[in-house]
Amino acid sequence: MSAPNKNFDPVTPAALDPANLQAAVDAALSAIAAAEDLPALKQARLEHSSDKSPLALANREIGALPPSAKAAAGKAVGAARGAVNQALKAREAALKVAERERILTSERVDVTLVNDREPVGARHPIHTISEHIADAFVSIGYGVVEGPELESEWFNFDALNIDRDHPARTMQDTFFVGAADSGAVLRTHTSPLQIRTLLTQAPPVYVVCPGRVYRTDELDATHTPVFHQVEGLAVDKGLSMVDLKSTLDWFAATMFGEGIVTRLRPSYFPFTEPSAEVDLECFACRGESVGNPDRPCRTCSSEGWIEWGGCGMVNPRVLRSCGIDPDEYTGFAFGMGIERTLMFRHGITDMRDLVEGDVRFTTAFGMDG
Amino acid sequence: MRAPLSWIKEYAALPEQVSAREVAERLIAVGLEVESVDEVSVEGPLVVGRVLEIEELTEFKKPIRFCQVDVGDQVRGIICGATNFAVGDLVAAALPGAVLPGGFQISARKTYGHVSDGMLASGRELGINDEYDGILILAEGEVGQDARGVLGLDDAVLDIAVTPDRGYCLSIRGIAREAALAFDVEFSDPAAAVPALEAAGPTQPVDLRAGADRFTTRVLTGVDPSAASPAYMVRRLTQCGMRPVSLAVDITNYVMLELGQPLHAFDADKLTGAIQVRLPHDGETLETLDHVQRTLDPQDVVIADDSGAIALAGVMGGLTTEIDDASTNVVLEAAHFGASRVAATSRRHKLSSEASRRFERGVDDDLALAASNRAAHLFAELAGADIGGLVDIDSREAITGIAFDPQLPTRIVGLDIPEATVTAVLTRIGCNVDGQSVQPPSWRPDLREPIDLVEEVARVVGYDRIPSRGPAMGTGIGLSESDRLLRRLRRRPAELGLVEVLSYPFLGEAELDALGLPADDPRRVAVRLANPLSDEQPLMRTTLLPGLLAVARRNVGRGADSLQVYEYGQVFRDVAEVRAPVADAGTRPEGHVLDAMLSALPRQPEHLAVLVAGAWSRSGWWGTGRDCDWSDAIRLARAVARAVGVHLDVETDAHAPWHPGRCARLTVDGHLAGHAGELHPDVVEAYGLPARAAAVELDLSVLLAAATPVVAAPAVSTFPVAKEDVALVVDRELSAEQLRKALERGGGALLESVRLFDVYEGPQVPDDKKSLAFSLRLRASDRTLTEDDITGVREAALAAAAELGAQLRG
Ligand SMILES: [Zn+2]
Repeated sequence: MSAPNKNFDPVTPAALDPANLQAAVDAALSAIAAAEDLPALKQARLEHSSDKSPLALANREIGALPPSAKAAAGKAVGAARGAVNQALKAREAALKVAERERILTSERVDVTLVNDREPVGARHPIHTISEHIADAFVSIGYGVVEGPELESEWFNFDALNIDRDHPARTMQDTFFVGAADSGAVLRTHTSPLQIRTLLTQAPPVYVVCPGRVYRTDELDATHTPVFHQVEGLAVDKGLSMVDLKSTLDWFAATMFGEGIVTRLRPSYFPFTEPSAEVDLECFACRGESVGNPDRPCRTCSSEGWIEWGGCGMVNPRVLRSCGIDPDEYTGFAFGMGIERTLMFRHGITDMRDLVEGDVRFTTAFGMDG
Repeated sequence: MRAPLSWIKEYAALPEQVSAREVAERLIAVGLEVESVDEVSVEGPLVVGRVLEIEELTEFKKPIRFCQVDVGDQVRGIICGATNFAVGDLVAAALPGAVLPGGFQISARKTYGHVSDGMLASGRELGINDEYDGILILAEGEVGQDARGVLGLDDAVLDIAVTPDRGYCLSIRGIAREAALAFDVEFSDPAAAVPALEAAGPTQPVDLRAGADRFTTRVLTGVDPSAASPAYMVRRLTQCGMRPVSLAVDITNYVMLELGQPLHAFDADKLTGAIQVRLPHDGETLETLDHVQRTLDPQDVVIADDSGAIALAGVMGGLTTEIDDASTNVVLEAAHFGASRVAATSRRHKLSSEASRRFERGVDDDLALAASNRAAHLFAELAGADIGGLVDIDSREAITGIAFDPQLPTRIVGLDIPEATVTAVLTRIGCNVDGQSVQPPSWRPDLREPIDLVEEVARVVGYDRIPSRGPAMGTGIGLSESDRLLRRLRRRPAELGLVEVLSYPFLGEAELDALGLPADDPRRVAVRLANPLSDEQPLMRTTLLPGLLAVARRNVGRGADSLQVYEYGQVFRDVAEVRAPVADAGTRPEGHVLDAMLSALPRQPEHLAVLVAGAWSRSGWWGTGRDCDWSDAIRLARAVARAVGVHLDVETDAHAPWHPGRCARLTVDGHLAGHAGELHPDVVEAYGLPARAAAVELDLSVLLAAATPVVAAPAVSTFPVAKEDVALVVDRELSAEQLRKALERGGGALLESVRLFDVYEGPQVPDDKKSLAFSLRLRASDRTLTEDDITGVREAALAAAAELGAQLRG
């Protein structure tokens, strides 16, 4: 630093010499540009922008200048320092982007590596489809009823107008419990839930009843002694077979697609009168396969219809057994096999897959079938 | 019931060219379940042949015959394995080029050392019946003639599954009546066409005491025992799936198929005294035609003579009075037995016959005499019999009319059905309609109430006329709260990574033994089935674990090396002997009877069981995995309960089938909800599961009862947290949960949480001690805690722990 300028002679210190200033800026800019990474840039900042850098020295020299010279010198030094700082900032930003890119590149993984570390759960399709059906009926105002599988004979047979000598009440069909006079069986259908509901709930009654039922069949590809049904029951004033057919058509469309309908064929069940078998229009071919050997349909065996279940108007004798006046109320009921529905809906060819509990089978259905 | 179309057409004036398929479709539309239509399925040359020579080939293990058969244009050598024919018999010969049912092609081929130039066919090979212990012997035919006509193979046969309400359709008469109805054409009743018979000549007296409201006997003498059944009869019996036996038996079967009335022929010379129709004596026995010696039940009805029981009424005849090939005098029985009596007898003796199947479903009670007369005519015509006298005991009640509102079909079906249509339909099915009283015909005992008549109207009007509109809307407002909660419980394990399986709810004592249950364990109180599928599993399950273990074993057997499975379902508890009262149908039982029916049943709560074995998290490129253990079982049990807001308390327990030192008893508010932990190594070994397999069984009814469907929101403090760690030395026997609860209780309201983070047993603590380290989080709802606050809470918590003998680890 120069000595104080006592005599006010216009002497310019070397550091403020414009040529020297320009040289310091040039040196700084080239050092900044040469910095390859952030540590190098830090070194350049130390040399060219710190308190000991030529430009900082120049800045301090301004104080020794006569007042008339200070403004011009300050402006020149300020511009020089500004240029250097701007270059530093720009270089730092560029180096940071480059550094992030380098790290990201080095962290690349093979995303096709499979992480199957934790087990993945699944629900049995018999239960998910039962809930699906129940939900559909809940959406039109039906309640859901479940009940005991070991049932009084009166609920399973007598109240349903299946009299003592009916062939269904033999050991060939029904699992009997304990002694001959136990009065109890493993329920052979979900229909006792009709009785349980009508005994406890005054009409109007609208319920669906999914559940497990039993018949003494040996397990094979199409039979199982333990299976599932879903039963629907409506008892109200003024219900007719038109309501029954309409509800079944709605059910078919809900489960199998817009426009799929049902067909009723006269049949016999003790607990309904009139009674009918329910056929489902084939949802796979919609009847296109009938008489059309070029387009065979496996789902319906090219029949156009699939046997789905049974239905009818609740027999007045059943209503009377529950203390309901059939002159005032009428009702309809229907029942479908869940396994059967699943088999044709999902193309399951062997009943044993549904009952053996192989986790590979369930897993394929995921959480919602 | 198999019904040949040609036979149906004899009584129903169907269109000449109608196809069997169309008949089937129309019958289905009026309510007959036509299961199949069997049409001609033999192609190529099938001719009548006559056996000229038989050479027995004896060098083979079974009898083999090389036959020379005249087939019209030539004599062919044919190898045959059957022995039921002789030289001179007419047989059905399938010649090279013929294709039998199932695509079986006939060609000349070398076999048993000869060229076999065709095949002699059995009923089974031609798809006529199931007989295959012999070939078909034809009763008539021209050698070289196409055998299809002789066998009825140019006819279609409808196979109809007859529902219990349509007994009359177990006859051609009934099916033809339905076909005429379906096509709206004329029906000529074959029963009405039977000419009347004189009742003169010798009679067989009858003493009718029980079981029948109509009983007839007709004596036939001079029957030619050598007379053979005519070809049309053999063909039709065969088409209907019955085996021709002898003329006498064939006539009774033929008339039964034609009209629906079961008949029985006794050898009159083997009868002693009057025929009695009565209940059996105490311990009375009867050997029936199937060679089974039967001890009769007091509720059976028998036909008897002075020698004792000679037939099981409505079910099967006895051996002692059987017609044989020397019988010349016959007593023909045609009767009407009560449906429920016959059904009960058939069930008791596990004996179902053509007769019992018909009586069970109800036989036309006005048919016995016509059927008897029809058979008598056939005996006279075909066997030269002299028709003797008739005994006809008739105690039938008159059929009462049904009071019927003609508006009822409109109300039930939902279509506008005019009264004229209702009357016309009921008349066509045979009813007598007189104003509002409708008298059903004698062949429809199933028509008892107005609603039965509605069904008749509906099926004839046609179910296909019923329109569709929107569904019948219910009055409910969604799933009930308990349904929603139950669904959460049933779904939760799958969300936690478990796979749901189902198993049969049957159980054997050996399985309960394998679980190591003590003799007085309540899970041994099980309902026993009277007719289990397997004698090994006669019980209804009281626990889900055996079923789940068996499923696990099956999966391991199929290659699974780790398992996370669960099952939910009902168990059957607390009652071994069920005694539920029975009541009549048609009226609501009295309250106490209903209560007794319900309370007699076992408790049937829904349980949920979990089984985990092998790796929970797997090893892989990320590093090593982790095996399931007892703590996973408890964690999963508690996570399931939390799905309905239930906090399960955990205590140490020793409970089979769990490892006695690794079993947790799970409770909610002191009520037992289940158990969880590692399975006993004996059980793991018995089922071949990966070591350290763990299981849970929960009673969902307990969880539902304690569920908190509406969660009370916590107050979330925004003041700073203070953290304190404490390590405590306690007796090894003390449970961590007890100590944690003591700290929680002692710490009071300012203690936000207490979490166990380390367990140490080893040289740095005495042998019978362990060190448990907890981290405490402290926080106030209204201020920042001071040093004094923190020290106070810590001291208070430690003081509570000290009551359990805990000392701060130095
Ligand atoms: Zn299809």
